[in-house]
Amino acid sequence: MKQLILILPAFNEAEVLADVLAQLKTALKRLPVDTELVVVNDGSRDETAAIAAKAGATVLTHLINRGLGAALGTGLAYAKKAQADFTITFDSDGQHDPADIAKVLRPLLKAQADVVIGSRSLPGSGKMPLLRRINNLAFNVLTWIFFGKTTSDSLSGFRGFNRRAIKYIHLKTERMEVSNEFFAEIKRHRLRLEEVPIKVIYTPYSMRKGVKPGNIFAIIFRLVLRLLR
Amino acid sequence: MINNFLPVQIVFGAFLLFAVSRVLLRLKDGALSLKNFIFWAGLFVVALIGVIQPELTTFVAQELGINRGSDVVVYASILLLFYLIFRTNILLENLRHDLTELVRKLALKK
Repeated sequence: MKQLILILPAFNEAEVLADVLAQLKTALKRLPVDTELVVVNDGSRDETAAIAAKAGATVLTHLINRGLGAALGTGLAYAKKAQADFTITFDSDGQHDPADIAKVLRPLLKAQADVVIGSRSLPGSGKMPLLRRINNLAFNVLTWIFFGKTTSDSLSGFRGFNRRAIKYIHLKTERMEVSNEFFAEIKRHRLRLEEVPIKVIYTPYSMRKGVKPGNIFAIIFRLVLRLLR
Repeated sequence: MINNFLPVQIVFGAFLLFAVSRVLLRLKDGALSLKNFIFWAGLFVVALIGVIQPELTTFVAQELGINRGSDVVVYASILLLFYLIFRTNILLENLRHDLTELVRKLALKK
């Protein structure tokens, strides 16, 4: 049976992680693949690592906080080492619906795509708050300007990759700008991209997380640095 | 000859000579690559020429369409500072990246 590794980057997520992992374990049982839950504990100072281990997840611990991009890079490196057939990145703050994993996995299983983005902006995705929609649009334009790739959701943390994508994607950025960098890698390696609509669960907790409009200038600066490094 | 210099020229000149000597020392002890040595030594020597022969900066200024030689020095300094800050940022990014690689290796080892 094919193997799927689910990567959850986590930084101080003790408040919600146990629930998220419990829901995920139930959802993963329904999938036609072998699964492994991997929590990349990115230097958390709370009980994140202990909660993840208790839930039976593989815990990869960054001794110090290195940022979202670094955590995803570690997860992908683990998937590559484990020779996983597929990997899916999933936010650990509870904003993603575990039932959508099957949707993201489907095009990969059918070999229709190398990378699948779970988009919050496609018909059937549900309603995104206005400020988030504007923010997302600005970052989509930024992704197009920098990397020449169009997408309906450049900030989505719900992504699926097949073995080819796991092998070729090499991330250089270490923080939030990684979401945009994925598209640079997709373009550079000519990976087949597909987007599927996903549902987002907005809670006061999940609304506090993610890329804010004020981050755009820092992200642009770091993307410029990435291009010139 | 030194009597012909203004005090500001003597102070700036002495500082730049000191800077050139430091760059030479750093090359000697291997802390500076040849490429970096050429950049820094070249920069300080050009600045030294400008201090000793200020009329040269006026010539450059007129060629560039700027009124005064001292303005050229200020503009060039600002541009240079921008460039150096940018280089420092790239260096910092590279260091951060190396740190992440180390942290990742440790995370995957366990």
